[in-house]
Amino acid sequence: MSTRIRERVRGGVGESARRIDGAPKVKGQFLYGSDLWAEDMLWGRTVRSPHPHARIRSVDVTEALALPGVHAALVAADVPGKKTFGLELADQPVLAWERVRYQGEPVALVAAVDLETARRAAERVRVTYEELPAVTDMEQALRADAPRLHDQGNVLKHVHIEHGDPRAPADVWVEGYYETGMQDQAILGPESGLAVPAEDGGVDLYVATQWLHVDQEQVAPALALPKEKVRLHLAGVGGAFGAREDVSMHIHACLLALRTRRPVKMVYSREESFLGHVHRHPARIWMRHGAAPDGRLVTVHARLLIDGGAYASSSPAVITNAATFAAGPYEVPNALIDGTAVYTNNPPCGAMRGFGAVQACFAYEAQMDKLAARLGIDPVALRLRNALATGAVLPTGQVIRGTAPVREVIRRCAAIPLPAEPVERDPLTYPGGAGNVSRGEHLRRGVGFAVGYKNIAYSAGFDDSAEARVKLFAGAAGPVVEVHSAAAEVGQGVHTILVQIAREELGVEQVMLHPPDTLVGSAGSSSASRQTMMSGGAVQLACRAVREQLFERVRRWARARGLALSGPLAIAGPDIVADGRALAPVVEFLDPPIVATRVYHHRKTAPLDERGQGDAHVLFAFAAQRAVVEVDEELGLVRVVQIACAQDVGRAINPQSVYGQIEGGTAQGLGLALMEEIRLKDGRVLNPSFTDYLIPTILDMPAVVSVLVEEAEPGVPFGAKGVGEPSTVVATAAIVAALRQATGRELNRVPVRPDDLVGLAPPPARPAPPPVPGPI
Amino acid sequence: MLIRLKVNGEWREADVWPGASLLTLLREQLGLVGSKNACEQGECGSCSVWLDGVLVCACLVLAAQAQEREVRTVEALADGPRLHPVQEAFLEAGAVQCGFCTPGLIVAIVDLLERDPSPDELTVREALAGNLCRCTGYAKILDAVRLAAQKMAGV
Repeated sequence: MSTRIRERVRGGVGESARRIDGAPKVKGQFLYGSDLWAEDMLWGRTVRSPHPHARIRSVDVTEALALPGVHAALVAADVPGKKTFGLELADQPVLAWERVRYQGEPVALVAAVDLETARRAAERVRVTYEELPAVTDMEQALRADAPRLHDQGNVLKHVHIEHGDPRAPADVWVEGYYETGMQDQAILGPESGLAVPAEDGGVDLYVATQWLHVDQEQVAPALALPKEKVRLHLAGVGGAFGAREDVSMHIHACLLALRTRRPVKMVYSREESFLGHVHRHPARIWMRHGAAPDGRLVTVHARLLIDGGAYASSSPAVITNAATFAAGPYEVPNALIDGTAVYTNNPPCGAMRGFGAVQACFAYEAQMDKLAARLGIDPVALRLRNALATGAVLPTGQVIRGTAPVREVIRRCAAIPLPAEPVERDPLTYPGGAGNVSRGEHLRRGVGFAVGYKNIAYSAGFDDSAEARVKLFAGAAGPVVEVHSAAAEVGQGVHTILVQIAREELGVEQVMLHPPDTLVGSAGSSSASRQTMMSGGAVQLACRAVREQLFERVRRWARARGLALSGPLAIAGPDIVADGRALAPVVEFLDPPIVATRVYHHRKTAPLDERGQGDAHVLFAFAAQRAVVEVDEELGLVRVVQIACAQDVGRAINPQSVYGQIEGGTAQGLGLALMEEIRLKDGRVLNPSFTDYLIPTILDMPAVVSVLVEEAEPGVPFGAKGVGEPSTVVATAAIVAALRQATGRELNRVPVRPDDLVGLAPPPARPAPPPVPGPI
Repeated sequence: MLIRLKVNGEWREADVWPGASLLTLLREQLGLVGSKNACEQGECGSCSVWLDGVLVCACLVLAAQAQEREVRTVEALADGPRLHPVQEAFLEAGAVQCGFCTPGLIVAIVDLLERDPSPDELTVREALAGNLCRCTGYAKILDAVRLAAQKMAGV
């Protein structure tokens, strides 16, 4: 590229620019899905199954319809088009017919003049069920005599990876078994949206989501409408973390709106939200690590079993991730890994921040500590000895081509000063705070270390892309850029990043964002830490195309005037500059405005073959964390004192926002380590509320001291890696490692409960590795 | 039933269902959607408002309890484009991500700083323990409180 912007534009790449949605958010003016309103609007409500597995004998909506104020009541037969949806497999009914497969599965819908009337109408929908035996244990699901969830059986996906010689002998072996509970994204803003019937027979859906276009692809066929008649618009999103990858109320609200010819709003209650979206897969993981006496890894054997629940959602991709990351960010010449996702009558599980890498990290990092203890090697030194680097070969045969500063994140994290032990302290700072009734006689401090990694963007051959349209036009006070992208701002700050990139590329400070919708091409999902690279890449390409068109206009203008342009052209503030000299105002060349649309693709990946070999992932981001905890050994209470973190970010486009991602991601990892679990009994959720499902409060979160390791990733816009997930991947493992050090207990299941810490609950044990699918 | 109350300095009237919460009244009938509904049981603090100057979760107060009383919401804090120092501090500190908890937190922090202009960190943590945030891990919210306290003290 011959042109460079000479004068730094304010709010460009590398600056902690302020969020473009910040002011409306602090004023309470930002409109989330649940804040939308339309004239003549009705409220929709879902009727859900109380049973984890049952045959539907009948659904009678007569009484509901008889209630004054009720405008519609719909059942499966009212779905005009495709009756099922799903991200990878369309196996989930829009409304259940014949059978329900999990507690909370939608069976019918009502629309009424207000929410209270809709609630009462939903209670008057009479559904007659015949309960069926439910399979609510992931290992039971693999038995030949287990009830089958779907025609193809209960094996949702099996991944088998063979690398080197899995029978290779090793001098030292350590073996372990680990379990992780079902975590919830606990998005603060509930599932919500507003469907408005359009005059062309189509519908406009304003919805809080992570990926408008994948929703559109599932909504339109269900409504039997062509895609262009189902226009999706992004409503304000109150957090996502994977919970909004799957369709929730989208199709339902559209069905009700098209039936009633009135706008229909749906907002889930907190309880309904817990039942109405996927969760993080519970996992049972067995691992055996073989090493040389110096600690060098020789062989890793792993079996991972995850509970996909009643429908597929993104389980195939989650187990692929968990299996490909099972050996951790370490070089291992030999491996045998089996990962299986099964169907059960438990709630469907799918995407959550970390996406399979979290469960694997909890297991492999515990194994690394076991190995270090067995060999008498310092845990940090053992990790450094085995750390991946550029050029390393993964168990899938994939060679890491990009940056892999694993040793760097380990060293930088370990170098962060440890917190001092307080001499005198307020009892409120004891583990459990005001709930601690002791005098701190049984406090034990522990330090734990963990390293982990995560793939960035979609993997295994998926044609991942993002489109963006950039327009440069003359505003009242100079040139203005408009960026049109369908990328979902879910809180992570992607819209600000896109604006920063446009400023940087075009040298124009005034950049506005077109409201995201399906009138521009797909941006792909705001997940897999991918939007900075993907939509950021698309905006960069579109800006460069706009700049080329602009300079072409300038050159033509110069030729017409007989001006010789010797040096490269540039945009500097309001002017076009050549050879450091202002030629003319930019706005002189913007009639008509310049528009360019570009699509960014990352490099191609490949699916795994039958031996689990393949160049499956685009690139990787690494993180190391060190946790310091205090445990009250008598009361089983924990206080996390400090988290130190070093994360590989490629390059920080907005440093403040990167630190924010690390801190927030750490909090979710802390939640899984210490408190967060959807408790199930026979397939029924016991704790669907914020009273019973606890997430970290400001009293639970320690200081998070982070350092950014910046080694630009080659071939990626600005060298920036996605930053949302690595901290979540490692935090759980680091905290539990610290708890083990403090207590000397095994602690092989998260969340760790007070009972586990005082020895009231024995650690889950098993005589043999979890099964792999047998012949079906 | 007809309810008359003063909201952000203005007398308003609304016809509500007797079981409606103050939050429903504010959001669905008075169009004040800045107070958020996230848990419906007083666990998350997203709907924090003042009722006669006392910080409450609007989801736990019946609309009828606000009869002839004064309610102040997040919408009252900024003066047009001029933000309240706590709002300004949130932007500067990077304490906003998805923003769903933000209005409730800002109300709770304004309440704290009006009572205690220079709270220590433990006091801040105790005061905000009833406000859940799922995005930030709270670090930048603590930064924002420190910054806001300085701004309000004119430092």
